[in-house]
Amino acid sequence: MTMAVDYQKVVFDYRRHPDQAAAVPVHHPVVVVGAGPVGLSLAIDLAQQGIAVVLLDNDNTLSTGSRAICFAKRTLEIFDRLGCGEPMVEKGVSWKLGKVFFREEQIYSFDLLPEAGHERPAFVNLQQYYVEGYLADRAAQLPLIDLRWKNKVVGVTQGDADVALRIETPDGEYTVRADHVVACDGSRSAVRQLTGLETKGRVFRDRFLIADVKMLIDQPAERWFWFDPTFHPNQSVLLHKQPDNVWRIDFQLGWDANPDEEKKPENIIPRVKALLANSALKDARFELEWASVYTFACQRMEKFRHGRVLFAGDSAHGVSPFGARGANSGVQDAENLAWKLAAVLRRQAGEALLDSYAGEREYAADENIRHSTRATDFITPKSAVSRVFRDAVLTLAKRHGFARALVNSGRLSVPATLHGSPLNTPDSDRFEGRMLPGAPAADAPVRHADGSAGWLLRTLGTGFSVLAADCDGFDALAADLRAAAQGLATLDILRVTPAGAPHRASRHTTLVDADGLIVGRYDLRPGTLYLLRPDQHVCARWRQASAVSLKAALRRALALA
Amino acid sequence: MDLITAANLSAADDFYEALIDAHRDLDPAQSEALNARLVLLLANHIGDFAVLKQALDAARAD
Repeated sequence: MTMAVDYQKVVFDYRRHPDQAAAVPVHHPVVVVGAGPVGLSLAIDLAQQGIAVVLLDNDNTLSTGSRAICFAKRTLEIFDRLGCGEPMVEKGVSWKLGKVFFREEQIYSFDLLPEAGHERPAFVNLQQYYVEGYLADRAAQLPLIDLRWKNKVVGVTQGDADVALRIETPDGEYTVRADHVVACDGSRSAVRQLTGLETKGRVFRDRFLIADVKMLIDQPAERWFWFDPTFHPNQSVLLHKQPDNVWRIDFQLGWDANPDEEKKPENIIPRVKALLANSALKDARFELEWASVYTFACQRMEKFRHGRVLFAGDSAHGVSPFGARGANSGVQDAENLAWKLAAVLRRQAGEALLDSYAGEREYAADENIRHSTRATDFITPKSAVSRVFRDAVLTLAKRHGFARALVNSGRLSVPATLHGSPLNTPDSDRFEGRMLPGAPAADAPVRHADGSAGWLLRTLGTGFSVLAADCDGFDALAADLRAAAQGLATLDILRVTPAGAPHRASRHTTLVDADGLIVGRYDLRPGTLYLLRPDQHVCARWRQASAVSLKAALRRALALA
Repeated sequence: MDLITAANLSAADDFYEALIDAHRDLDPAQSEALNARLVLLLANHIGDFAVLKQALDAARAD
């Protein structure tokens, strides 16, 4: 067994790079700025696509404090594809139950993932420094990633042919050139400021205190949310369990609170004691681990692509923390961009594919901003009448199911279905269920040809995938499809057979629908065929596929049509 | 479906009396809270967002 790493104390060495001594600035295909969860995810994804990537970070440590702590199912599935989902889930606290309290009463509880048959839980809570640590460990295994700590971008000049980045290091400044630069450098993005771009939205006049406390208590991992509790009147409080016996408590303070005063332990401790005394936790003993006072804005840049400079994560968009839509959506940005950038650099696609990154993720950002703004308006009503309706909803929720649907303590992160994306081939056949073009593929249990059990999403590769229900003449059809994809993209073909069906030989990977869940989730009939993008989003589906229709859909998904 | 604005109450005067009666002995803040609960209950009963939107627009117009 290896020793657990204290990721809060890890310091990465600055190393002088030969680029710093080059007479002429060295050219790289991609430079990613910012080695947080988004930049690291993007770099790993690009490296797995075979693209060399330079990753710059202005610092040499991981996240200070727990910060983002709720990592959603879809993000965990992305981490699985990036080769580091397992340690995240193993270390993280899995949860799916939430309880909502109004004043001193519990008004209801909810289950975010009431259906079985998914490898990953609805959420894990995990301190951001662990997430960054596991991503950094994975990045270190990939020779195509050139991670440079203490390399701060201080100048961005975009030309027709490339982008020049001026970089400051402990050894002075140097310049690199890149075909593409991706800014994953957070809400105060240096790249955004250096390019003179702005981000617009709504700033909320409210302050929140995060207190991470260490306490040994035997309580289930659940999300507890209080509206107007007696121990913290007129405000909201949120409690989450993290690994290492750390509990996150989020106290709404109001705009008039003094952040410097509120950060002092002597002011935090009585707040925590009051919460414990008035909850099931009673007189638990605790130690204060980390605290921070924050404000937030719901905002985004108008465009996530500016020529050869692309923006992902908090640099491009900001949300309120209710709903865990910040880091999760940032990792989803990275996943959307990685395969597109790789395809453009391999000259399999053109600039239009990068425009689709911006279009799809601006759409997703709007969805996230809409959800998080609505949650914020419910949690902190902005007018007297808004407060009246909010309290009416909470009062009715005790007895009436319909009102529970209106209680909004945060609509927790689910990935956007990319409705209306130009990369989708609109349905020409009738389908039921959620796997419409633009949707992220749903997981389900499978049994492999050798009899071992597995999961559908784990069988998908780094290229496009065909997921097809078995039918007569499958191998002949598959050969036609493979020929149609020639020269366009790599295509994995996965054949789905019902459990208990007589064995039929095939040259293609066969997945047995062990629990009969794939057929339902994907509305499969013999011959039904889905085309999945490298980021596991559905882009086309047919009841009866042909080489011609597949080729057209692939061209469309690569923005060639 | 469209918002019904022609007479549709099975017992108009009885309803109106019951509505006023429901607010008996309440101070303005309690009445406002009751009205809010009532709006929410009725909105859920109607269900259809398009109809609710027409009702919101009609209420706002006057």
